[in-house]
Amino acid sequence: MAMAAAAPTVPICHGRRASPCSSKQVSVSVSVAMRAWASKSSSLSSSSSKSPRLVAAHATAVATKEAASTTSSSQGGHELLMFEALREGLSEEMERDPKVCVIGEDVGDYGGSYKVTKGFSEKFGSWRVLDTPIAENSFTGMAIGSAMTGLRPVVEGMNMGFLLLAYNQIANNCGMLHYTSGGQFTIPIVIRGPGGVGRQLGAEHSQRLESYFQSVPGLQMVACSTPYNAKGLMKAAIRCENPVILYEHVLLYNLKEKIPDEEYVCCLEEAEMVRPGTEITILTYSRMRYHVTQAAKTLVDRGYDPEIIDIRSLKPFDMYTIGESVRKTHRVLIVEECMRTGGIGASLRSAIMESFWDELDGPIGCLSSQDVPTPYSGPLEELTVVQPHQIVTAVENLCGKK
Amino acid sequence: MAALSSLRVAVPQLDSRRTLPCSHFGGAGCEKAFFRCQSSKLLLGAGCVAGEKAPRVAGGGNVRAAVSASKAVTEKPNSGSKSDKADLLVTKDEGLELYEDMVLGRSFEDMCAQMYYRGKMFGFVHLYNGQEAVSTGFIKLLKQTDFVTSTYRDHVHALSKGVPARQVMAELFGKSTGCCRGQGGSMHMFSAEHGLLGGFAFIGEGIPVAVGAAFTSKYKREVLKEEGDMPVSIAFFGDGTANNGQFFECLNMAQLWKLPVIFVVENNLWAIGMSHYRSTSDPEIWKKGPAFGMASAHVDGMDVLKVREVAKEAVERARRGDGPTLIECETYRFRGHSLADPDELRAPAEKAHYAARDPIVALKKYLLDNEIATEAELKSIEKKIDEVVEDAVEFADASPLPGRSQLLENVFADPKGFGIGPDGRYRCEDPGFTAGTAQV
Repeated sequence: MAMAAAAPTVPICHGRRASPCSSKQVSVSVSVAMRAWASKSSSLSSSSSKSPRLVAAHATAVATKEAASTTSSSQGGHELLMFEALREGLSEEMERDPKVCVIGEDVGDYGGSYKVTKGFSEKFGSWRVLDTPIAENSFTGMAIGSAMTGLRPVVEGMNMGFLLLAYNQIANNCGMLHYTSGGQFTIPIVIRGPGGVGRQLGAEHSQRLESYFQSVPGLQMVACSTPYNAKGLMKAAIRCENPVILYEHVLLYNLKEKIPDEEYVCCLEEAEMVRPGTEITILTYSRMRYHVTQAAKTLVDRGYDPEIIDIRSLKPFDMYTIGESVRKTHRVLIVEECMRTGGIGASLRSAIMESFWDELDGPIGCLSSQDVPTPYSGPLEELTVVQPHQIVTAVENLCGKK
Repeated sequence: MAALSSLRVAVPQLDSRRTLPCSHFGGAGCEKAFFRCQSSKLLLGAGCVAGEKAPRVAGGGNVRAAVSASKAVTEKPNSGSKSDKADLLVTKDEGLELYEDMVLGRSFEDMCAQMYYRGKMFGFVHLYNGQEAVSTGFIKLLKQTDFVTSTYRDHVHALSKGVPARQVMAELFGKSTGCCRGQGGSMHMFSAEHGLLGGFAFIGEGIPVAVGAAFTSKYKREVLKEEGDMPVSIAFFGDGTANNGQFFECLNMAQLWKLPVIFVVENNLWAIGMSHYRSTSDPEIWKKGPAFGMASAHVDGMDVLKVREVAKEAVERARRGDGPTLIECETYRFRGHSLADPDELRAPAEKAHYAARDPIVALKKYLLDNEIATEAELKSIEKKIDEVVEDAVEFADASPLPGRSQLLENVFADPKGFGIGPDGRYRCEDPGFTAGTAQV
């Protein structure tokens, strides 16, 4: 049997690894700051023998610069769109490990409804890029069965909303089987697809499933927001032994960014510092990151200094990055696209309150989408989602007018 | 159908409620022709062409005479000497293996009932009494590398697949020595070592998992170029599940990709209190296979030899790469749906009818009448099984309950999934984690 060659050690940016991870700066259209973690190894006292050595971290926020990274290649990276970044990550993982396969509707001949798997059918063959009939519950279950027996499937939901049909398999089998079987079967599956509110796609195509799945024990959830983290999270999710749901956003697929040429993998459990600040911590993810950064321009003009963190890991939350920020700013605003009721913001709010109550100077603000089925009509749709001016107002209310 | 006249077969006496008018049962005027063996209706839908009248056997399959274990005594030759060994369906070793497996299933389930009423196990316990022929008939043909998925009625599938009785009983008692460390329970028996992929509480849930295991088998062949026997998967489920969407979706996908999976319907006529005839527009489940182009069979599931006959063909088809088969087994559960079910809806006449077709009694009769085994040998098997079951109970009783530290283990294969705590370390690094007290 052809075995994939052992992959060379790749630097995990923001990595918690024993080997030093140099700081990398990437020029992007939106400000992105990378953290360099100093490494200090410590042994793991858990019963699992699979976890690598973990390190404690000292964060040093690095301001955005157009400078070349110390270890980046001489070419300085290449520019691409987010769906191409996802494609690149997926392709690299499929080349690296022949057990990785893609299962979903129109992933093969059609190249994916958002072209993430374009060209894969010719490259990898139709068994590795399986065009399925329209049967989400069953093909997700099939992917789970194949994950239990040795493969590493990536299930694509044509739209995340369609995965509601697979809820039975995702909740009962995907998340729980490792535990219910007493640890006998691992399910290294990745479930991904575009979700979120698009441009007048109507209620059923505009769903945010992160709130529905967050309660399922045994699942990890990450949301990508830039080409850089999209590729890194895709690779990390495929390599992870846990089942991971990777949330992509329909409106972000055409985001352009320059990403490194050399291989990199992002850490699934870590948050990303977008803009360091001192006055208020704004926690966000996916598309709302851009509404927040847009609002930040106005806020900075008015004399505020917000710290913006893209939480990226929706389950579990990176309580260290968030905590360090809260200890600095003492004020928190959560901006999300999820529904207000039972959303990610609701969970995050309670987690922060529980861990950092003493650090807070005021209540945690939370801006979420309205609890309405997303209407078709443009102005109404705009009203359901948080807009930059609302973020500005919320920050002014929490920090006081200037 | 001239070929059939030379077969020494027993025509099953179908219950009148089960005989339905159907124009597709062969005969004149039939638009689709099927080859039908009277004791096991083998419906070979693949390659079936509308308009053909002559009986055809798709794929050149050779259906041997399936001598019913329960009717064998009427078929004995008049010479009075031993039956022609060539006509027997099992060797002595096979016969004893089948007998032992069925007796194990029955004794184990009877012991479960006792233990439940003594308060050693709780929750929902669904017993398999009466259906042993299906589990034994199929699973004893499989290798350790083949896969099985089941439903909540999975104790006997686990035992047939080779999971030690001790581990199953300990699991039922909720002890950490159970096959799932006490975390699964009656409805979630798993064994990676024996290829048992579960044990599922929701009906229909296990079928896609079996199809997935079959997909892996085929993938390893097509993509990874692995050689050797292709592992096959069997999905066991009931008549109620045959109305569920996952059933139909999986029939389609399995046939589409010719996956090595066998769909076994254990039709015991009842889904808790819902009669199969009240919930199904066309109760003949085996006819649903050809709608997907899939080979199908209906078999007397109270007769382990008939089941084994059909199973052999299905397993060989799958292993060859010829694709899936749908097999409906007419069977019956002697007990209620679960130990909590008062079982008031089923007519006593129906229960009596099937009690008279007890698969263990039938096999015993066949083995003795055909002098394949002696009374003493069978008795010694029964005694051995009694000891195995007693030992299983003792083992389970003596085993420890899971400690607190077990609570958080196995939630994730990689415990980094619990995330990073406020102190910057992964939560699973917290010493409280292994004590089950970590803040996660």
